[in-house]
Amino acid sequence: MSGRFADFWVYLSASPLLGLTATLVAYQAAYWIYQKARMNPLANPVALSVAMLVALLWFTGTPYPVYFDGAQFVHFLLGPATVALAVPLYANLATLKKNLVPLCGALLAGSVVAAGSAVGIGWLLGASRETLLSLAPKSVTTPIAMGIAEKLGGLPSLTAVLVVTTGILGAVLARGTLDLLRIGDPAVRGFAVGVAAHGIGTARAFQVSETMGAFAGLAMGLNGLLTAFLFPLLLRLWDA
Amino acid sequence: MLAAFTLLLVYQLIGEAVVHFAALPVPGPVVGMLLLFLTLLARGATPDWLRSTCNALLAHLSLLFVPAGVGVMLHFQRLGAEWLPIAVALVASTVITIGVTALVMKGLQR
Repeated sequence: MSGRFADFWVYLSASPLLGLTATLVAYQAAYWIYQKARMNPLANPVALSVAMLVALLWFTGTPYPVYFDGAQFVHFLLGPATVALAVPLYANLATLKKNLVPLCGALLAGSVVAAGSAVGIGWLLGASRETLLSLAPKSVTTPIAMGIAEKLGGLPSLTAVLVVTTGILGAVLARGTLDLLRIGDPAVRGFAVGVAAHGIGTARAFQVSETMGAFAGLAMGLNGLLTAFLFPLLLRLWDA
Repeated sequence: MLAAFTLLLVYQLIGEAVVHFAALPVPGPVVGMLLLFLTLLARGATPDWLRSTCNALLAHLSLLFVPAGVGVMLHFQRLGAEWLPIAVALVASTVITIGVTALVMKGLQR
């Protein structure tokens, strides 16, 4: 490495520009691939960007905290984005009121089963306490899930990885599962995908139909809200 | 756009303050979301300037997951040691959740 390049590298490494730019460039590239793959859920843009960035950091020997110094500006937007979820939630108010009982019942069952089955299976197979606490909010959209994991004493960054993986799995497995159970109603299909697989499931549902997408979005918002209030209380009771 | 973004940050800040002073066990932005939802409910409509910014922000929601996702590199050791419980828990739980949610909703619709 020439002296000048080394100087420039040292200068860049100390500024947030590199981490931030790399994040945006990787995401643009990943999104391009996702579109080329005709939005195949297996070509999930988040998974692709993460893989590219991990490879980049690994090859350049850059530690994660150095990268995060720049990427935190993107990460920070998760907070306002969570607040912004109130808008689609409110837009679905009429649907919400009309289907109040089935939606509340399905939400409560889905929310408890999502966390309960993941923690239960993980516990049976010998996962550690930190892993279990990070698994609990895996069906909730990332900004909320990370907040919950932090409050519970899990690892927010591990939760983010588990949440993204869950979303991809949900998008891939939903059709087969719902067909097997002979669920035809797009509202029911959408709501189930939204509860189990949050934003990635919702994005997928919108590609199938508008109704399915709207119900998935509704489910994502409601599940985030319910889980955020329910879980820390359950854990308090558990520890008491 | 700037007005809407300012509003979102103000609601987030109020949310954080409520969580801190009421010692609530939930993330501040979630309280912020709830407060904004209640505001919209009281107001009876979402103003266009707020809706367009929120939709733009949510359209790029998946980008916001990336920095946290790269954190996977901190957990390679744990994932290597606990890959079996994690993989089985994620796959089985996702299928079970989709099935249970759909069946309960279908059952209650009649």
